[in-house]
Amino acid sequence: MDAIQKNILKEVADLHGVPEGAYNIRTNGKLDSRNTTANIDIVSKDDKDGIDIIIKPGTVNESVHIPVVLSESGLQECVYNDFFIGEGADVTIVAGCGIHNCGVDTSKHAGIHTFHLDKNAKVKYVEKHYGEGDGNGENVMNPETVCYLEEGASMIMESAQIKGIDSTDRVTKGYLKKDAYFEVKESIMTHGKQHAKTNFVVELNGENSSTNVISRSVARDNSIQEFFSTIEGNNKCSGHSECDAIIMDDATVNAAPALNANNIDASLIHEAAIGKIAGEQLIKLMTLGLTEEEAEEQIINGFLK
Amino acid sequence: MLELKNISYEVSDEIDDSKEILRDISLTIEDHFVVITGPNGGGKSTLAKIIAGIIKPTSGRIILDGVDITDMSITDRANAGISFAFQQPVHFKGLTVKDLICLAAGKNLSINEVCDLLSEVGLCARDYVDRELNGRLSGGELKRIEIAMVRARGTKLSIFDEPEAGIDLWSFKSLIHVFEKMRDAIDGTILIISHQERILNIADKIIVLADGKLLHYGSKDEVLPKLLGTSNAAKPCKPLEESLD
Repeated sequence: MDAIQKNILKEVADLHGVPEGAYNIRTNGKLDSRNTTANIDIVSKDDKDGIDIIIKPGTVNESVHIPVVLSESGLQECVYNDFFIGEGADVTIVAGCGIHNCGVDTSKHAGIHTFHLDKNAKVKYVEKHYGEGDGNGENVMNPETVCYLEEGASMIMESAQIKGIDSTDRVTKGYLKKDAYFEVKESIMTHGKQHAKTNFVVELNGENSSTNVISRSVARDNSIQEFFSTIEGNNKCSGHSECDAIIMDDATVNAAPALNANNIDASLIHEAAIGKIAGEQLIKLMTLGLTEEEAEEQIINGFLK
Repeated sequence: MLELKNISYEVSDEIDDSKEILRDISLTIEDHFVVITGPNGGGKSTLAKIIAGIIKPTSGRIILDGVDITDMSITDRANAGISFAFQQPVHFKGLTVKDLICLAAGKNLSINEVCDLLSEVGLCARDYVDRELNGRLSGGELKRIEIAMVRARGTKLSIFDEPEAGIDLWSFKSLIHVFEKMRDAIDGTILIISHQERILNIADKIIVLADGKLLHYGSKDEVLPKLLGTSNAAKPCKPLEESLD
């Protein structure tokens, strides 16, 4: 792995070297390295590009890292990763994709991740998207995450896209059975002419299933952001979605949260707020000695934290 | 030392041509504790904002320790030694109490240092350091954090716009203790906008603003007798006066 690849690995997975536990590092469309443990197996797919990650029932306090690094300009790939999390397991999964594109061609990574959480399984899934490069090539990332949660399963998904992705179309879907819980926290910052579209669909099918979908984003320059979320309340359930965006410069933000209650005991809430940085926030920080630019930076960093 | 020379501030609206908020205010402030008081709408907050640089006066000059700061930005004035605690504290999504105290101090403080500052304003620090400064905190809590931020800066001129508002349960003694501690620490001026007699009582000097004009400026002993029991202490509105007749 060269210095550029190592740097991207650090950005997307906070990894300075080889991670502890199970991992699968993919660089430029090929397997770079892999490690499995007694409880976590990683197997390459035969029929298409991608891997199966199989976690034994009852596995606790273990983690899996599956970062993807693209440093060849113009590389385009579509990867299918399936996660099978056994009953009662409690694991952390860190994915992430970084593109370094210093050429003129479009680099593109589409990752389709499907999670199957067995009864009472718990997953914390962290995903980070990052792009860099000094060429004119576009960095495109289209992740799709589909989560099936069995009875009592819970999943917390954190996704961040802070820098360098020119175009993204992300889809996140959750299908929840009885007592299952699905939480999504997304933070996005777009600048230049970037375009980010996110679409959440959560079906609360089981009794007492619940979800919390939180998106915080900052749109700068001429960038465009679109936010769609649909929560389907098909049983006695509770759902909450929140979209909070700071709009700056000549950016555009569209938010369309939808709630569909198909059961009398479905309790669904959505909140959406789009606005520029409040003048009084800037003034307050300026009275503490910060310049207007420093104040703006602090407000944005805090907001996306 | 803060000198205000002939400060006036006018605003124009659609109905009236223009309205004078402040008229020709000239003052020299050099004592440790100075309280600005007077009826609502008299121009107190506007004057504080003019000193902090948030509002530009229509005319007049502001001199801080011999330096003309009239044309300085808010940031430059803050760095020149002016702090300002807002009447209505601002919410910040994502920024924690510790983040803001550290920004105010201009450096990274240890948890212990942040806790000391919060304890001084009557907040049990452990419960607050990591909390976001948002609407989930009560008005009184936000107000105390606002005061702690000014305390963290420790500048030679600290302005508080109605610091006691919303702090009902917190004894005045503690609030006054904070101001006394600040006075000893900064060896500068604490300028407080207040209606509270107990705050007026600790003032070295009292400024009375009414209708945008400087009505009185002098020591507590000179000014207080003129305030209490006069129509300036509480002026009922005209319809009320008529109904009482």
